[in-house]
Amino acid sequence: MIRYYLEFERPIEELEVKIDELKRISDGKDIDISSEIKKLEKKVRDIRSEIFSSLTPWQKTLIARHPDRPYTFDYINMITSDFIEMHGDRRYSDDPAIVAGIGKIQDMPVIIAGHQKGRGTKERIYRNFGQPHPEGYRKTLRVMKLAERFKRPVITFIDTPGAYPGIGAEERGQAEAIAVNLMEMSKLRTPIISIVIGEGGSGGALALSVADRLFMLEHSCYSVISPEGCAAILWKKENDLGTDDFSRAADALKLTAQDLLAYKIIDGIIPEPLGGAHRDPEGTAKNISEHIVAAFEELKTKTPGKLVEERYKRFRKIGSFIEETE
Amino acid sequence: MAWFKKTKEIRTDKKGKTPEGLWVKCDGCKEIIYKKEIEKNLKICPKCNYHFRISARERLKLLVDEGSFVEIDENLSSVDPLHFKDSISYKDRLKENQKKSGLKEAVVSGDALIKGYPVSLIIMDFSFMGGSMGSVVGEKVSRAAERSIEKKQPFISIASSGGARMQEGIFSLMQMAKASASIGRLKDNGILYISILCDPTFGGVTASFASLGDIIIAEPKSLIGFAGPRVIEQTIKQPLPDDFQRADFLLEHGLIDMVVDRKILKETLAKIFELLI
Ligand SMILES: [Zn+2]
Repeated sequence: MIRYYLEFERPIEELEVKIDELKRISDGKDIDISSEIKKLEKKVRDIRSEIFSSLTPWQKTLIARHPDRPYTFDYINMITSDFIEMHGDRRYSDDPAIVAGIGKIQDMPVIIAGHQKGRGTKERIYRNFGQPHPEGYRKTLRVMKLAERFKRPVITFIDTPGAYPGIGAEERGQAEAIAVNLMEMSKLRTPIISIVIGEGGSGGALALSVADRLFMLEHSCYSVISPEGCAAILWKKENDLGTDDFSRAADALKLTAQDLLAYKIIDGIIPEPLGGAHRDPEGTAKNISEHIVAAFEELKTKTPGKLVEERYKRFRKIGSFIEETE
Repeated sequence: MAWFKKTKEIRTDKKGKTPEGLWVKCDGCKEIIYKKEIEKNLKICPKCNYHFRISARERLKLLVDEGSFVEIDENLSSVDPLHFKDSISYKDRLKENQKKSGLKEAVVSGDALIKGYPVSLIIMDFSFMGGSMGSVVGEKVSRAAERSIEKKQPFISIASSGGARMQEGIFSLMQMAKASASIGRLKDNGILYISILCDPTFGGVTASFASLGDIIIAEPKSLIGFAGPRVIEQTIKQPLPDDFQRADFLLEHGLIDMVVDRKILKETLAKIFELLI
């Protein structure tokens, strides 16, 4: 199996390549190097936990965008049964950058929507790298209204670099589509649970996450602007920006799950296996599923009126300012 | 935020004087225009009708009945929740902008009369950190919207903004949800909301309250959109059409109700009030 390693994972890569080699050599042969392999495996574990216990915000950003990281559809496949996908905004087209549908999570019927990045060049282009057009947001709103009418909770998965900056997107009202979602989600009379599984890119992410409960995977991020965009604005040398600049910008933006929990923007962090979600997708999916079910157990006791009231207050109180009184 | 050239603004100091050069390049037709000629004309280009950026105070003067404006929430000011630092700290940047603009923040809000009709309104000022929306802007929008519900009077917003305020990170992003939720309440309460878009309005402001008006009006030639033209150009790797994201472009694509001259904006609003409330 070819694995994709990030630059700071190089020491892990070296050891794992060596382990693979040893396994191949010993395979079917009468030499016993299993103790050697075991020793190396322990070493990998140690190095990995060392690296992953002190990730920088920029390194977390790279993990959040890792090409092997499970995407919305992967989680849908792992945590739901009877999933039926729905398509289109009934106005212009279907946006493959957002998937939506109905399914069951542990016997609980839910409406699901989430950004979908593609795997491999062809699918990536088809999914527009998870950058929605207005149609995607309008499709999401359509299924959320369905959830409201049939009293089903809404689950959203957030994983996008941002809403697509293109001519068609502007012509068809990208800003309006996002704004309407923000407003309508704030009033939706059914529980909304959102999980940032990878990249939470600005307004394009927010448009799916005006929720009663918001969780982030341990190595996901959520930010008003990407570290690259931030660096380009701050240090205005565009073509000449490097890892150091992105690193500084990522530090400044405070975009990690841990930061957002400290700011009380999110309700909890969903743990990932050592090395990131892609090292054990099933385990990660199980953690996600448990968080969704637990959150719903709590939210289902509230009347729609109370839900909406609490959701309004939740967002209404966010802000950091001082008010002088004379 | 970064793609706006700051030199194009005609800055006015507190006394209304323009200390910089006598000539200015129009953003609409690229002509060099005598500054006095524009000043005389409510800062509208006599050649192409482009509406130059004006300050929140200047807008108030043009829009509301004389002496009727009561400023509210003027004591809100930003703090630095992220301890954000680039070349200078966010705190110093705020101070610098306060000094430069004579404002405490990028939005002025209050209650006023427009041809006798009481309204709650917020007016953004691009000269304060590009009119960017941080916690204070979001809070003032929500409070003004809530006040218009309480007082059962229309809510007016005049937008001019580069978008969310990066220096407040996630707090600034969340203001989009907060402001939009307050507009949602306003609508459920049957309150009229008129959104006026001025040059330029982008990003987090367009993608929240400013696009939610029951009636949306743009000033002539204003640049309005979600993503900035430079970002789009870099993404699609082709030049953009000339009129792209200009007020008429938005009108043509069904995104706004009308393009209205600054000179007749007050009358237009009064007419709408007369017909709707
Ligand atoms: Zn002109």
